[in-house]
Amino acid sequence: MTVLADLPTYDEALAVYEPVIGLETHVELGTESKMFCGCPTAFGAEPNTQVCPVCLGLPGALPVVNEAAIRYTVMIGLALNCTIVPWSRFARKNYFYPDMPKDFQISQYDEPLCVNGWLDVDVDGQTHRVGITRVHMEEDTGKSLHVGGSTGRIQGATHSLVDYNRAGIPLVEIVTEPDVRSPEVARAYVEELRELCRALGISDVRMEQGSLRCDANVSLRRRPATPDGPENPFGTRTETKNLNSLRSVERAVRYEISRQASRLSAGERIVQETRHFDEGAGVTSAGRSKEEATDYRYFPEPDLAPVALSREFVEAVRATLPESPAQRRTRLTGDYGYTLTDIANLRGAGVLDLVEQTVTAGATPEAARKWWLNELARRASDAEIPPSQLAVTPADVARVATLIAAGELTDALARKVIDGVLAGEGGPDAVIEARGLKVVSDTGALDAAADAAIAGAPAIAEKVRGGKVAAVGPLVGAVMKAMKGQADAGAVRALLLEKLGVS
Amino acid sequence: MTDLLHLSAAETAAAIARGETSAVEVTRAALERIEKVDESVHAFLHVAPDAALADARAVDERKAAGEPLGPLAGVPLALKDVFTARGMPTTCGSRILDGWYPPYDATVVAKLRAAGVITVGKANMDEFAMGSSTENSAYGPSRNPWDLTRIPGGSSGGSAAAVAAFETPLALGTDTGGSIRQPAAVCGLVGVKPTYGGVSRYGLVAFSSSLDQAGPLARTVNDAALLHAAIAGHDPMDSTSVEAAVPDVVGAARIADVTGLRIGVVKELTGPGFAPGVVARFSEAVDMLAALGADVVEVSCPHFEYALAAYYLIAPSECSSNLARFDAMRFGLRVGDAVGASGGEADAPGAEEVMSRTRGAGFGAEVKRRIILGTYALSSGYYDAYYGQAQKVRTLIGRDFAAAYETCDVLVSPTTPTVAFPLGERVDDPVAMYLTDLATIPSNLAGGPAMSLPAGLSDGLPVGFQIMAPAFADDRLYRVGAALEAALDVRRGHPLLDEAPVL
Repeated sequence: MTVLADLPTYDEALAVYEPVIGLETHVELGTESKMFCGCPTAFGAEPNTQVCPVCLGLPGALPVVNEAAIRYTVMIGLALNCTIVPWSRFARKNYFYPDMPKDFQISQYDEPLCVNGWLDVDVDGQTHRVGITRVHMEEDTGKSLHVGGSTGRIQGATHSLVDYNRAGIPLVEIVTEPDVRSPEVARAYVEELRELCRALGISDVRMEQGSLRCDANVSLRRRPATPDGPENPFGTRTETKNLNSLRSVERAVRYEISRQASRLSAGERIVQETRHFDEGAGVTSAGRSKEEATDYRYFPEPDLAPVALSREFVEAVRATLPESPAQRRTRLTGDYGYTLTDIANLRGAGVLDLVEQTVTAGATPEAARKWWLNELARRASDAEIPPSQLAVTPADVARVATLIAAGELTDALARKVIDGVLAGEGGPDAVIEARGLKVVSDTGALDAAADAAIAGAPAIAEKVRGGKVAAVGPLVGAVMKAMKGQADAGAVRALLLEKLGVS
Repeated sequence: MTDLLHLSAAETAAAIARGETSAVEVTRAALERIEKVDESVHAFLHVAPDAALADARAVDERKAAGEPLGPLAGVPLALKDVFTARGMPTTCGSRILDGWYPPYDATVVAKLRAAGVITVGKANMDEFAMGSSTENSAYGPSRNPWDLTRIPGGSSGGSAAAVAAFETPLALGTDTGGSIRQPAAVCGLVGVKPTYGGVSRYGLVAFSSSLDQAGPLARTVNDAALLHAAIAGHDPMDSTSVEAAVPDVVGAARIADVTGLRIGVVKELTGPGFAPGVVARFSEAVDMLAALGADVVEVSCPHFEYALAAYYLIAPSECSSNLARFDAMRFGLRVGDAVGASGGEADAPGAEEVMSRTRGAGFGAEVKRRIILGTYALSSGYYDAYYGQAQKVRTLIGRDFAAAYETCDVLVSPTTPTVAFPLGERVDDPVAMYLTDLATIPSNLAGGPAMSLPAGLSDGLPVGFQIMAPAFADDRLYRVGAALEAALDVRRGHPLLDEAPVL
């Protein structure tokens, strides 16, 4: 595991070689029931409680296609600008493994449902178009748990347990063309795909739970001898399996680029093989080589009829497609004046939908962004819940923002209003009423408090009169205290300066 | 009591409905008959007296309560051991399923229960329905009631033997390449392979998914029609079952008129290889149909000569995948799962080793032969030459049928080239065994329905007459079959089975 020491620097590798990257992503569909039976799909149930003769592969049981899974797959295909083929078939992929109930996986082989699409990915202000070769449907396998070893891996284990709850959960596999040229674009592609699936509502796309997982195919080829010289043919590729975070996608691809560059520079050949990424060590290691790869003996699944979708069906699905993340970005930069960074930050904080709802409820885009990204995201994080589960609604936030804009609340008062709403004291207006939080605009009371503050601190008043405007702070503080905070600090300051003749 | 067992299924149900006997009385008679003769016939792998009598009592109670009973209520039936039924083991004639009790009913079993049919036990069969003699059963062969030294046919040989030995009036079999029609032919019975997709395969342990079809075995055409009607119809659990109305097979059996029907004699299914005694009975029956008013013509189906070869690529290919699930992981036999030589778990065999040992010990020679054939035919590099070519032949055979049905309403041929051969004669010659299904296989490949009914005797053994019809025209089989049956019975003066030796 000391190979890292031999590696050329990443920049050195890139100077000589061009990386060629293709990605295969599995997305678990969020259907209520499994791909070929009626069993539920909820994550985290007791092992082997969501099973039936079909997903256990009992003798005599037969699959029936889940129509929702077909519709979801068509949604992904259309959102990825694919052609939805009028006729496609399932195929059996045959191999023996204890977590495969039938010892074959129902998948699609040479007749996938969606072909020839693309997805645009933005990295550092540049758009990269990634070609989509195919989108196909298949069923997930069960999950093996290896017991008795130190690592949880099969090596050293005394026995294994299998949970078939996951067996038969619908998956789509999305395969790209070898169009990606950098680890950053690879990561951005997976992220964009994740956001797309989320926007479509077809998966919870949780990489850490495995509902979105990615395999990265990486090869290197020498850059052309001269800048306009002919491109060299693709090199031999490796496939790094089961990357389960965006960071891992980027790191694993980056590592493979350095590793392959080192091999090639040393005059060695790249072995076509599957590799595993060790997140702790940040390195990939060899798995199965192509020579010992299984012959899957694909053939058309005789238990299922071909999938023949009418144009009407496909067009009906197209008509229901929600806005894509790319379309949304265009809209938000245009209508809201947000930057791409703003949008990325809001998305990262999990508040983009909430912000839009808040704007819809009457807040300005800037106020909505500020409140959700700063105050409310922090509160959610303190409470260890997603922002959407806070007890404050976008309408509440919009109301508060409107009151601030009208000068009826200060930021400080508004935070207290939010406190009240979060504490379950009712909506903003109810909290303001109950807690008496309105800005006091009664000039008589303010005048009196200002006069009292000036009279109570003659030395400070004199300094201010002498031109040291910045010294007014304690006087503002005294007025605010007298008003129990229910005054606008800016207005108080202006009033004091006016009285002291320096406005 | 024996008289009860010589009634047809229709007469039995009618006698129960009229109160002349009871379902319990009929079931007891069947169980006693099994007790008496099955030691020599060996039609059954499992007899379920308690369950059968309980089901019979339920029928009698329904009658006592004045509920309407169906036309087969209270009639005993032998269920081929390839169907799952709660409360009974399902072995498929294989060691690998020894002791497996399925947790669910096949759809046809559920339909039989609903119809009040009494399943008295599970009938013997060639292992996983692969064979033409029951000699491939892991539990020993069944014997032909006409001559106990001869084969009862297969793979549904136990089902046929049970009906021919008057143990039950009805049996359910499956037909993948002739496995209902050939045993019916050599045992002097009526056997029908319905149109593929006409009867649900859910709970039928698959041999070759695109060919398997469940169907009736009975002593009369009318009884076969009643059982056919009871099990047919669309099943949402089987994606290959069709959503079409079930042809009125019972009505057709009642019409029993061939006047004006165009009957095609398939030239390729009467020539060399067919025993003279078989051809003689066949020709007499054809003449009889002509005398009854049918227009008899000769037709050619030139691609039928490739049917056997195509079948022995398609069926093994599908079986190599279907039988993968017998891997010792979830049900059935498990061999070699002991702790290691040291007595510790550390050197216990791994899952792959257990799978391999179990499959080695649990499958018989013919099953292994076909799994190996199919695995080879689907292998990368061989797929097009074998599986692909076989599918093309299948298409051509379908076209031969389509062309023939432009000028004919039904096609006819002898069911088998010879009468029942002696046990042991062909066990060491698989190809000779395969040739038994020469005339039956084309209907499986094309999907259309076909019937075998007794045409008479040759050397004291039954000869089968095959009628084939276009897909979903199953009723034509019964119309022609009932007419021929009636004419033959009149000429003979009694049903053919009356000539069978008394056991």
